[in-house]
Amino acid sequence: MRLPCPICGARDHREFYYQGAAVMLDRPEPDAGSDVWDEYLHLRPNVPGAHDELWSHDAGCGAWLRVTRNTVTHEVIGAVLASEVSR
Amino acid sequence: MRVAGKGLIDRSRPISFRWDGTTYSGFQGDTLASALLAHDVRMVARSFKYHRPRGILSAGSEEPNALVTVGRGADTDPNVRATVQEIYEGLEARPQNAWPSLSFDVMAVNDLAAPFLGAGFYYKTFMWPGGFWEKLYEPLIRRAAGLGALGGEAAKDQSEKAYAFCDLLVIGAGPAGLMAALVAARSGADVILADEDSLMGGRLNAETLSVDGQSGHVWAGQMVETLRAMDNVRLMPRTTVTGAYDGGTFGALERVSHHLSGVPEGGVKDTFWRIVARRSVLAAGALERHIAFRNNDRPGVMAAGAVRAYLNRWGVAPGKALTLFANNDDAHRTACDLLDAGVHISGVIDSRPDAQAQGDYPLYAGAVVTGGHGRKELEAISLKTQTGTERLFTDCLAVSGGWNPTVHLTCHMNGRPTWEPRIASFVPTSGSIPGMETAGACNGAFSTAACLAEGVAAAQASLAALGMKSASVDLPVAEDTPYAIAPLWAVPGKGRAWLDFQNDVSVKDVKQSAAENFASVEHMKRYTTQGMATDQGKNSNVTALALLADATGRGIPDTGTTTFRPPYSPVPLAALGAGAKGKGFAPERFTTSHAASVEAKAPMVEAGQWYRPSYFPVQGERTWRQSCDREVGYVRNAVGVCDVSTLGKIDIQGPDAARLLDLVYTNMFSTLKEGRVRYGLMLREDGYVMDDGTTARLGPEHYVMTTTTAAAGQVMRHLEFVSQALHPEWDVRIMSVTEHWAQFAVAGPLARNLLSGVLDDPLTDEAWPFMSCGPVSVLGVAGRLFRISFSGEHAYELAIPARYGDSLFRLLVARAEAMAGGAYGMEALNVLRIEKGFITHAEIDGRVTAGDIGMARMISAKKDCMGKVMAARPGLVQEDRPQLVGLKPVGPVKQLSAGAHICSRDEDAVPTDDQGYITSVGFSPTMGHFVGLGFVKAGLGRHGEVLRMVDHLRGLDAQVELCDPVFFDPEGGRARG
Amino acid sequence: MGELIARTPLDGFEPLTIGDVTLSEVDMGVLTSVAPYKGQTKAIAAALQDAHGMAWPAPGRATGKAEARAIWFGRDMALLAGPVPDPSLAQHAALTDQSDAWTCLHLSGAGAEAILARLVPVDLRGSVFKRGHTVRSLVQHMNGSITRTGPQTFLIMVFRSMARTLVHDVQRAMESVASRG
Repeated sequence: MRLPCPICGARDHREFYYQGAAVMLDRPEPDAGSDVWDEYLHLRPNVPGAHDELWSHDAGCGAWLRVTRNTVTHEVIGAVLASEVSR
Repeated sequence: MRVAGKGLIDRSRPISFRWDGTTYSGFQGDTLASALLAHDVRMVARSFKYHRPRGILSAGSEEPNALVTVGRGADTDPNVRATVQEIYEGLEARPQNAWPSLSFDVMAVNDLAAPFLGAGFYYKTFMWPGGFWEKLYEPLIRRAAGLGALGGEAAKDQSEKAYAFCDLLVIGAGPAGLMAALVAARSGADVILADEDSLMGGRLNAETLSVDGQSGHVWAGQMVETLRAMDNVRLMPRTTVTGAYDGGTFGALERVSHHLSGVPEGGVKDTFWRIVARRSVLAAGALERHIAFRNNDRPGVMAAGAVRAYLNRWGVAPGKALTLFANNDDAHRTACDLLDAGVHISGVIDSRPDAQAQGDYPLYAGAVVTGGHGRKELEAISLKTQTGTERLFTDCLAVSGGWNPTVHLTCHMNGRPTWEPRIASFVPTSGSIPGMETAGACNGAFSTAACLAEGVAAAQASLAALGMKSASVDLPVAEDTPYAIAPLWAVPGKGRAWLDFQNDVSVKDVKQSAAENFASVEHMKRYTTQGMATDQGKNSNVTALALLADATGRGIPDTGTTTFRPPYSPVPLAALGAGAKGKGFAPERFTTSHAASVEAKAPMVEAGQWYRPSYFPVQGERTWRQSCDREVGYVRNAVGVCDVSTLGKIDIQGPDAARLLDLVYTNMFSTLKEGRVRYGLMLREDGYVMDDGTTARLGPEHYVMTTTTAAAGQVMRHLEFVSQALHPEWDVRIMSVTEHWAQFAVAGPLARNLLSGVLDDPLTDEAWPFMSCGPVSVLGVAGRLFRISFSGEHAYELAIPARYGDSLFRLLVARAEAMAGGAYGMEALNVLRIEKGFITHAEIDGRVTAGDIGMARMISAKKDCMGKVMAARPGLVQEDRPQLVGLKPVGPVKQLSAGAHICSRDEDAVPTDDQGYITSVGFSPTMGHFVGLGFVKAGLGRHGEVLRMVDHLRGLDAQVELCDPVFFDPEGGRARG
Repeated sequence: MGELIARTPLDGFEPLTIGDVTLSEVDMGVLTSVAPYKGQTKAIAAALQDAHGMAWPAPGRATGKAEARAIWFGRDMALLAGPVPDPSLAQHAALTDQSDAWTCLHLSGAGAEAILARLVPVDLRGSVFKRGHTVRSLVQHMNGSITRTGPQTFLIMVFRSMARTLVHDVQRAMESVASRG
């Protein structure tokens, strides 16, 4: 598998560290309540199809990326820098 | 036997080799298979399950029978296909899966017991009694059934991995592949042309067909030379593309030295390539399938195309009186070529009533072969003709049930091939592999002209996708014979008719599977082992599917196919794991004091990738404990020196540096004064402890964080995540400086005296109080000094650019020795920190909260921090959680052991009564007894209680008293003084 | 008073030649990571040009000459190799001394590309990876930096502590490539 790092270009997956679902980007407020925090940390929909996930380009530029990948076909649809994800 | 005037072998270069203990000769260009056939060696193997005599079936990597072992000892290569093993001077090969000999094999008794050993036999028979499978049945079965064995000696690491990149990867160098490569290369694309054979050209080397008025093999040779001369073409012969993966990545095995007498100095046997291609063309050709009939596996029964290949490429006739059995026109070429070469044809049996002879040979149209005769070699065949039965004497029967396109790679990403009635076989489904075009015989185009044209078309399509203009290339002239076939899968009749030769699966097995309702193709595969293992059903899958379709009353398209999995042909594990043995397994990280430590005879132990000294022995010490006790004494009584460079050091700069630290640490760092150091605790977002360490403030917007050795990488990534992903608006820059600084702990009552001798400025308690830091000059070199202590003693850590590390370490140790101190290693460091109750990752193992280690109050109430919300979860604050305690032995057994469990004295040592566990222990020369740290339920409030420690592994059972984890100097006066 | 002796990561490593390729340790001078603060990329580029006469490197590029280079070194970061950084740079970027953190080797010769193809999972062929191009990637199992400094010369950098593993891995690849003739 190759991931399109917005800084380095397409690179072999071995350069990357996989974190998990990109919902980790949306850290709740401290007072958001236990349900919200529980969901943020522990609940993940297992949707077939396009999936946003976090990868760190550890052995490359060091950027954290939000990669969109189709979990059915493994097609990598795109990647953006985590620092540039609008929220 | 050899046929005069035929073949592409070099008869001026004879080669001698050994097979099964006998010396034979062949020629340069021979495979082991062709050379053995030239000597009329027929039986070369015993089958996997029934130990039936088997001969060479094919002329390529699809060979299911002729698996042999090459080499001896550490150089042993088992399960080599004799059909791909090129001979070389001194080659030593032998049969496998036969004992005591190939000719007389004891396990051939399995074949007589065959009525009981059919599909599902193991599943039904070896069920009871329960324990017998592991102890008895499986070892027996494994011994009886099998492939070759390894040499029993550790193999040398003679493989490598490599990466290659190209615009277009062309897989297969037959007529389609050669044309595709030429068109793409002429158009300016970077092309890799890979072919599993040593000689490129594909079937053109095995046929007497002509291209552009020349012999096909001559034309192919010229094409190869044309391509070789081009800078943008890379030819990779002996390279099998074994798998297609995501993102245009292909795995390919290059057999680098298997055709040579020994691996060249410094060289490798195999290279496993990862080829990344923007586009690819699959031109992998087709594999001929067999027809099932009774004893169709006798040595001497071969694929018709293979017989043609042995004749035309290697100048070998695999028999004296040949017969042919076919259901298609293509096979008749074998008869014609043999006749032209002067080989006797006893008869051609064609199942099609309308078949026409294409040469001067006896034709039995509308007839079938009903059985083979002879045991270790084929002697005769029985025919059922339109009028009756007949028996023909023959020593070689060439069989063709038609050709199956080699669609395997197109299925590696979950693609399913499409049934094509015209050729009665499957063709690739377009789009199965992103970016891949298919061309030639693997696409169902079986004439030379069609292959050439499809190769051009595939290249043009690829170039268009690459945005490149296609160069015009003249299409060579070649035969365009239509492919005529009438499907025939199996000849009805009694006895066993074989499908999958490698796994010993018969027609009856498939029918039985259907009868027992394992009717789904995937169930049938598992029930019968059809198409499993290294063979992946190359010769037999389509036939088996057709028979299953017949048995279940479904059509073939409805029956579907099983999944062809990578690798296409076997890849040695040594190649996949190349370079990862010994020193290649992981980087070895050495500190700057490594050489000095090794010179001092310190045993070096691994700490992650780092190597650290365990202890520094001195003359007269017989055990590590003696060394450790002495080194602990250095620190408690004089001064010790220890390399702590392996701890992670992270430089954090910028206006928002303090905000970042306040978020990742539970406690405040924005309030830390310049020139001061603070201990910090870091939580994961789920509330458990991630890491701990000290962070120093070097300037208003400049901190340097210390992490544990183990978590350095994790913490770095965590900081980057917080700053990039959670707070990209913050202005903060993070940089690892672990490697720039060599850092040494100088600890003990005489630490200041020692350092005063190497620092250029005075070291006073007023200027350098406990937990202070700042720049220092060390013998004229700029360094950093931190007054911190991991031993509880008056201590410092002195950092200096790594280039001076070796020199400074030697100097510090020499000075310490002059003060009755010296270097100390990991064992002493561990004892010193346990005596003080300081934690490491032995304690913070990912299941521990701040409260568990008595640091609940370190979670600041004044601010948010990572993990704060979840740390307050009921489960993480409940009172009976295991909490950090000190432990000391109080009964007759004076030893403690890490990993031991704690239970009450009056309870059995069983999991349900478990009260906790011990994480760290050491003998404390300071206290005069073992000291330990561990976690016990509600342990904070149970100091003084006596419990039982049980270590089932080491057979230890002791009484232990719970106590405060700080055994030594609980007031902390020594570190401050 | 003693005196501290400086040692390179591969102290005493003699250039190693196998076939037509040579591996040698190089002294890159002072190494400083330069990580511009928010919105300071243009300012740091100007300061770098003024003070050291070289352009701020775009991702994947190295600027300057042998004695003084600016090598792109990661997200929003360059490595200034050679000169002591001018104090003016510190106004616009976090500067961190990395002089002793890296093992720096030159791999030079016609077979250098083939050798790196056994170690680095990135396309380093001359047609796409030209002089002045650089990557952060893996060198076998190690994070590293690879820069083409000449038609057949590459600068390879990994952490100082891994110096011996780097030599081991490169040497193995050199031997393999040389054995193919």
